[in-house]
Amino acid sequence: MSAAVRIRGLSRHFTAKGVLDGVDLDIAPGEFVALLGRSGSGKSTLLRALANLDHEAEGSGEIHVPERISVVFQDARLLPWMRVLDNVVLGLGGDDARVRGRQALAEVELAGRERSWPHELSGGEQQRVALARSLVRAPQLLLADEPFGALDALTRIRMHALLRRLSETHRPTVLLVTHDVAEAIELADRIVILEEGRIVRDIAVALPAEGPRRRERFAALQTELLALFGIDDDPGLAHNAKERHVA
Amino acid sequence: MNAHAFIDTPGGEGAVTHPPIAGIVPRRPTLRPPAPRPRIRLGLDKPARWGWTLGPLLLLVYWTVLSETGFLDSRTLPAPWVAVETAVDLVRTGRLQEHFAISAWRAAQGLAFGTVTGIALALVSGLSLLGGYVIDGLVQLKRGVPVLALIPFMVLWFGVGEAMKISVIAITVFVPIYLHTHNALRAIDIRHVELAETLGLTRSQFIRHVVLPGALPGLLLGLRFGVTASWLALVVVEQLNATSGIGYMVTLARNYAQTDVMLVGLVIYALLGLASDAVVRLVQARALRWRRTLAG
Repeated sequence: MSAAVRIRGLSRHFTAKGVLDGVDLDIAPGEFVALLGRSGSGKSTLLRALANLDHEAEGSGEIHVPERISVVFQDARLLPWMRVLDNVVLGLGGDDARVRGRQALAEVELAGRERSWPHELSGGEQQRVALARSLVRAPQLLLADEPFGALDALTRIRMHALLRRLSETHRPTVLLVTHDVAEAIELADRIVILEEGRIVRDIAVALPAEGPRRRERFAALQTELLALFGIDDDPGLAHNAKERHVA
Repeated sequence: MNAHAFIDTPGGEGAVTHPPIAGIVPRRPTLRPPAPRPRIRLGLDKPARWGWTLGPLLLLVYWTVLSETGFLDSRTLPAPWVAVETAVDLVRTGRLQEHFAISAWRAAQGLAFGTVTGIALALVSGLSLLGGYVIDGLVQLKRGVPVLALIPFMVLWFGVGEAMKISVIAITVFVPIYLHTHNALRAIDIRHVELAETLGLTRSQFIRHVVLPGALPGLLLGLRFGVTASWLALVVVEQLNATSGIGYMVTLARNYAQTDVMLVGLVIYALLGLASDAVVRLVQARALRWRRTLAG
């Protein structure tokens, strides 16, 4: 099968920040790829290039992406003057748009909130509306730029389950930009690590479905990935190590 | 599942408690109970519905007392009850309604033309660079010219009839509407523009769903200023050159030193201004229901 996303020699330069330096990446149809990297590694730049949102950037390289692309941003980015359902179906044509919008809202467990204003929803609910807005467009490629970064830990875990379920039902190709190692392992089929504008690692997650072997593989991967970022994953020291790393 | 580990959350999860910093001695406990901490309030308490009438009522009482005690010469300012009697008289003869209707109609027409022009120019100027170059400078120039200074030319161009009066009002009204709408258009959130791009909105969908609703608060603010400006311009044109309207009534009364009629005119202006502002505020509250503000 040919790749859903095909990137060759992609470079981007900004005057301010964010640089890509010859990125090659293929993503198979229906594959869930997590793009992991530090701040400034260029991961958002790559996503914005795929979303065609980088008008101000200079650069070169080839990008092949599907026609129907949806973007989920870190902020839900709902229009505050539109009710929830209107936000979901914004720009959609067709007589059944509102019906499909309602279905999408039901899928993200927000049935009954169609007539709410965005500011009446919690952060997690707003982000679910944003997911429904993407979903209803039946995207071939879903680009998510740290979509759960602004949510609290408990809401984030619920959102992970929701996103996994949705992506299993609809099978879009997904590129998830994140700096959360556990989130990447939890959700993705494949983890790509970006450092200073280059892809430095490409790891298949291959998490067993259930049981202790899943936990083992999870822990091993987490240790491996954290080590890549220079963090020693000793449970007792991890927190301090992280603090040191951030500093 | 393992705890989430972050590579680079700025600020980090989990606050670190710092040991007391050397050199800073913890304050000695005092015997007195600590004073209750003043509550910090950014918003006011919920205002009473008619609270704003207190000032005007006090003024009325003050005025009544001064008139009653004879302290206030009725030739300078007639007593409140005289003004009321005069108003009743004017209504009974039908003069007040007649003048009022004419004035209101002038203001309404001027307001309508001015609003439409203001919005149209703001859209052209806010949504296209060339439009901005052409229009914005002109409007800024126009701002600098007082309406009064324009009137001689307006009379030359439009004569002394209704067309001139309505044009003067419209020209006064369009400036605040243009300025606030234009400002709001320029302040459209770039994130919403990005969203529109990723959703593949057409230009007209973008303007209808993103630009116009986003600029609506600014437009309505401009409208509030515009409405007030329309009454102001009305007074000017009616007192200069008119044979009807509240302004004419007041000018005529001045010639005959009828201070009571002049006073009725003033009160009418005040009430008109209040009423029209209330209407715009009502529209504002309806149209901006989606906003969560301090005023609620």
